[in-house]
Amino acid sequence: MSLVTPDFGLLVWMTLIFAIVLFILAKFGFPAITSMVDKRAAKIEKALKDAEQAEKQLSSLSERQAELLEQTRAEQNRLIQQASRERERIIESAKAQAQAEADKILQNAKNEIRAEKQSALRDLSALVSSLSVQVAEKIVRHKLETDPQEQIKLIDSLIEEASRLDDSAGVQRKA
Amino acid sequence: MKKLLTYLLVLLLSLPAAASEVQSEPQEAGSFDMEEYLYGHVRDAYEWHITTVNGRHISIPLPVILVSRCGNGFHCFLSSKLEEGEYQGFMMAPKGSRYESKIVERGPDGEFVRPLDFSMTKNVCSLLIASALLLFLVLSTARWYRRHDASKTAPRGLSGVMEMLVSMVENDIIRPSVGKDYKRYSPYLLTAFFFIFINNLLGIIPFFPGGANVTGNIAVTLVLALFTFFAINLFGNKHYWKDIFWPEVPTWLKVPLPLMPLIEIIGMFTKPFSLMVRLFANILAGHFMILGVVAVIFLTAELGVAVNSGLSVVAVILGVFMDILELLVAFIQAYVFTMLSAVFIGMSRQEPTNE
Repeated sequence: MSLVTPDFGLLVWMTLIFAIVLFILAKFGFPAITSMVDKRAAKIEKALKDAEQAEKQLSSLSERQAELLEQTRAEQNRLIQQASRERERIIESAKAQAQAEADKILQNAKNEIRAEKQSALRDLSALVSSLSVQVAEKIVRHKLETDPQEQIKLIDSLIEEASRLDDSAGVQRKA
Repeated sequence: MKKLLTYLLVLLLSLPAAASEVQSEPQEAGSFDMEEYLYGHVRDAYEWHITTVNGRHISIPLPVILVSRCGNGFHCFLSSKLEEGEYQGFMMAPKGSRYESKIVERGPDGEFVRPLDFSMTKNVCSLLIASALLLFLVLSTARWYRRHDASKTAPRGLSGVMEMLVSMVENDIIRPSVGKDYKRYSPYLLTAFFFIFINNLLGIIPFFPGGANVTGNIAVTLVLALFTFFAINLFGNKHYWKDIFWPEVPTWLKVPLPLMPLIEIIGMFTKPFSLMVRLFANILAGHFMILGVVAVIFLTAELGVAVNSGLSVVAVILGVFMDILELLVAFIQAYVFTMLSAVFIGMSRQEPTNE
């Protein structure tokens, strides 16, 4: 049957046509396509790999960022605590200093007051004595003007007194 | 009606057998000539028949190129010259003779002799059209790649489809089947794939640029199988040849009677033979199936309008189904031919395993 017996002419034509097509396509057709497709596939693969790496880096970066944030927060807390402690300490010390200062001022004032009192007392006693001397003088003068007897008695008593004063002063000096 | 259905069943199940039945039955005048219809469509022809209007054939005449074997010399003329009978000593062989539907000449003792026939038949022209189409498709895609930086842009349209197919064939078939130096074989295998695929597709188209039964012709598949045969055996490595002539089997299978080498040598030829027959038979069967389904319309024409139109609807639906199936087969057969070629080539380039 002619269906299963290859026809010689067609065989020749087919060989010729297929060989020419094969030659042209193998030389100019398919290698150009496949090499470019391969190149692109390689590039896409590389891009994918790069993207994956970038993603990995990004995730590690964000991790690092979170870590950093955590650190910063801890640092901040620590600083706040330190600051509050410092503040308390400063207030405490300021208070103490103020207290000391106040004490000192008070002491000074007290001292000064005491000294003033002393000097005032001294002045007062001097004044009192001078006043009393003047009063006495006036009294004495008045009495003396009226009674000479009396004058002599007074002088005597004064002398005695004076000597007593001397004695008591000497005793005091000795002590 | 019942008889007709049985007839149809036989027709669909074994078309060649059905066809020979038709031949044996006496044909009524004016009835549908089933054999002529079936074989006329799948056979190679000297002219490209397009249609028949009112009993007149309209066809494209094709060049006939003949070298006489009886000293009549070289001849080249259009096939339309043979319509009236003899021309320059050549004629179409009469029906029922050994060389039916081929051009013959008269030998010295009146016998029909086939001249050397290099005519550009329907199949040759179809091959040329398919090849031109294939060259255009692939070279225009290749040109796109030469003009663009492929790592920056991807092709669109036709080039995009071609790229998809090329990378599909290369990544799914060639690379895993051939092995490490697949690049050397990929141009051949890709050419084979696209050549078969495009010819299969053109074969499904029922009118002019297509319609020829190219990949369902044994000469075409024989050449394709031969190319694969040479691709396997010309570049086979030492291990491949050792496996053929001195395979690792018990010695008594090799000496004194070389049983295994004989089987291996037969295997060398059965591999491409199976490729040849598979493609040929699949495509031919597909053509027969579609033709058979369409034949229902003509066969029932004499049975009245109701039966004819009813069965015609069925035939059209079945025909659509068959055409879609053939579309699938067109791809699958190209795929299978390429894959098996790649596997056989890969086997011939296998490195010995250290076991």
